[in-house]
Amino acid sequence: MSDITVGAQIPALELPPINRATLALYAGASGDHNPAHIDIDFAKQAGMPDVFAQGMLSMAYLGRMLTNWQPQAKLRKFSNRFAAITHLQDVITCTGKVVELVEQNGETLARCEIQALKATGEQTLVGEALVAI
Amino acid sequence: MLNKENIGHQFPSFSTDIEKGRLRFFAKAIGEKNPIYTDESAAQAAGYRTIPAPPTFMFSVDLEGPELLPVLTLLDLDIGRVLHGSQEFEYLGQIYAGDRITQQSKIVDIFDKKGGALEFVVQQSTYTNQNDELVGKAQQTLVYRN
Repeated sequence: MSDITVGAQIPALELPPINRATLALYAGASGDHNPAHIDIDFAKQAGMPDVFAQGMLSMAYLGRMLTNWQPQAKLRKFSNRFAAITHLQDVITCTGKVVELVEQNGETLARCEIQALKATGEQTLVGEALVAI
Repeated sequence: MLNKENIGHQFPSFSTDIEKGRLRFFAKAIGEKNPIYTDESAAQAAGYRTIPAPPTFMFSVDLEGPELLPVLTLLDLDIGRVLHGSQEFEYLGQIYAGDRITQQSKIVDIFDKKGGALEFVVQQSTYTNQNDELVGKAQQTLVYRN
């Protein structure tokens, strides 16, 4: 029997402050070479005050929260929208909770609401995951 | 305004090798410490064939094609005005180190909001491994600031 029930909290994941090295490493490792995240001159030309974090970096953090909680082999679906830009020095925390149990293809799945937040409480990513239980 | 006749456009399919070293680098870059993402024996002990690609790595497969974000060329977009609106992954199997993954992507919708100030491009992709197993699907929405 699983102890995953409606209302269960997914253990939160708090990240270190985002810095330029974080963005450069993620650009190289992910293959996302969009200069807006690594080249301040380009970012300024595009009308931004500075480089800013890749949205997919924070989605990867949400993924870490999910796979810290349950094995990746149980993950069926994972989605989010990017609600706000993450800037340098932002401290991101990922949280989530089970909101519903649903039956799909003969399995019971926990539908989870997930989010990434700045220290101010502003949501940067808002999404959902389906995890087999 | 973006040309809606591009709805349905299929981008050329491509294949890419999922390299173990690349997955280790990706794990490091996202701060992932679970040894199944870097150590084959830990992955196998946890029931995986070998090191699995983390859940969002499918997006990195998209970027391994002959051209970075071919949608930029097709729709003549300035990368400095493109934002990632949303991303969705569906897992039908697992991508592992050593796999050769074939990606196929198409545009499924183009629409605008705020009187055309923002335009949206929705793409869907599929990921198939060397055994012809469909291991994942994705959908992404790009936002274009006019």
